[in-house]
Amino acid sequence: MTAPEPPEASPDTASGGPLEAPADYPLRFEGAAVVLGGRTIWSGVNLDVRAGEFVAVLGPNGVGKSTLVKAALGVVPLSAGRVEVLGGEPGAAGRAIGYLPQRRSFDGGLRIRGIDVVRLGLDGDRWGVPLPGASKFFSRRRHDDERLDEVIELVGARSYCERPIGQVSGGEQQRLLIAQALVRRPKLLLLDEPLDSLDLPNQSSVAALISRICREEGVTVVMVAHDVNPILTYLDGVVYVAKGGAVSGRPTEVITSTTLSRLYDTPIEVLTTSDGRLVVVGQPEAPAHHSDRHTGLPR
Amino acid sequence: MTAAQSAPGLSWNVSADLSQLFSYHFMVNAFAAGTIVAIVAGAVGWFMVLRRQSFAGHTLAVVSFPGAAGAIWLGISATAGYFAASIAAAVVIAMVPRSGAGRGYSQESAVIGTVQVFALACGVLFVSLYGGFLDSLTGLLFGTFLGISNSQVLILGVVGAGVLVALAVIARPLFFATVDADIAVARGVPTKLLSVLFLLLLGCTAAEVSQITGALLVFALLVMPPAAAQQLSARPGTSFLVTIVFGLLVTWLGLGAAYFSVYPVGFFVTTFGFIAYVAASAWRAISKRRDSRLALGPA
Repeated sequence: MTAPEPPEASPDTASGGPLEAPADYPLRFEGAAVVLGGRTIWSGVNLDVRAGEFVAVLGPNGVGKSTLVKAALGVVPLSAGRVEVLGGEPGAAGRAIGYLPQRRSFDGGLRIRGIDVVRLGLDGDRWGVPLPGASKFFSRRRHDDERLDEVIELVGARSYCERPIGQVSGGEQQRLLIAQALVRRPKLLLLDEPLDSLDLPNQSSVAALISRICREEGVTVVMVAHDVNPILTYLDGVVYVAKGGAVSGRPTEVITSTTLSRLYDTPIEVLTTSDGRLVVVGQPEAPAHHSDRHTGLPR
Repeated sequence: MTAAQSAPGLSWNVSADLSQLFSYHFMVNAFAAGTIVAIVAGAVGWFMVLRRQSFAGHTLAVVSFPGAAGAIWLGISATAGYFAASIAAAVVIAMVPRSGAGRGYSQESAVIGTVQVFALACGVLFVSLYGGFLDSLTGLLFGTFLGISNSQVLILGVVGAGVLVALAVIARPLFFATVDADIAVARGVPTKLLSVLFLLLLGCTAAEVSQITGALLVFALLVMPPAAAQQLSARPGTSFLVTIVFGLLVTWLGLGAAYFSVYPVGFFVTTFGFIAYVAASAWRAISKRRDSRLALGPA
């Protein structure tokens, strides 16, 4: 991030400019728009996410942050513009995308181990039954076992992966689910509010884990969040979705008092701490907005 | 003395008892049918308990009662009646939209209950239309092991093998769809199709089991062994095998006990299943307490 800012870099690009070598973009939106049930969710969205970046999708509740992820997955069709995912159509990338949907928790009585849930991310869509002891005879099964071991180690779930998943904490479940999303070595990881419903220490440790995965595994991460503070230090780019459109750019460009106040329609201050970190104050906090998630009313 | 003469004698000589047990062709057939039914019910029941579809399973079994009663009244094979009614009910239940993995607000249980009670009423009508032999009524509801013919065993075996093969083919995606429906859908697993297929398999199984345990005591083989086994282990493979072992033990012991006494087989199979469940729950409660004592234990 020490490269000089080219003056023509528009706030529409998450990072980079013409001075840097041509990079590949695992995720691009060009003039994209989504209309659901006759209502325009957002339109004119431009976004370029570079390989290996950690980009957050931010914005008030109900503006279509999850819709952005679903458009990238090819689950929600665009009404205008185009999306390019890993150089192809959305929905075509399949195995190369890891996806963590919003707010998933497991029934407390579910007597299945965490490691089995992670393994389903690897082979759950294969037909047939896994044979016991097959790893002795089949190299694919052996590779699977090794990969499973690796990803459990990566998310630090070794000590609780053998426990029934209904009985581990929310933060532990989230780590196991991240492992499940990662187990096929995706190039692009789409996470929908992975910090939602976690307490503060867990929010910061899961955020650190995602950042570490992004750096060490070279995975491009696009993560939906409603609170920017736990992840702000790790981000390469942000996309603010609000008022039917989106603004994207580097955190320092987009996260300013004027931009955020305009997007949220409410006074927001961005402060710089003594160690140079940004803190957003006045952003509508998550808990106050939780109730409208369950009403099912159009927001 | 009269009771001892009417019932076969049980001695302390196990091999003599066993040879006495198998000296009658009807007992050999009863054990063959019981073995087939225990394995199929265990395998399908394991998924049913995991999918929280016990109520649907119970209904498919109860529905087999009017099927069999109607078939007897019409003078056709009771076996055909069992299967026709259960499979038809499975199709009806499959048409009711089911939300997620059993979570959320679904009409399913209300619809199933309505189907069940109407079916039971039809069964009562068919029995009284036939002329109301009380013997056949208790046999249909609470099971009998007398007079299972060779052709019945053959049909049970063929249908059972078909169910097991179909289940083996869909086992892993079905497990995926059961444990983690959101991700299974995102990975392209046809969860709706699997749900319908599973109900059909459950219908076939319920019809099979009804013929041994009676329509009301199907749960002895369909729910009790998997429920007990899932208490004992959170490993899918282990709890599946334990389910089959429990099912076989419960069936064999129940048939043996029924042979040496004057009381119905349904009672014994259910009682042994109940004992297995209580013992498994107690074992889990004790080992949980031991674990927490170890965790909190004096340093």
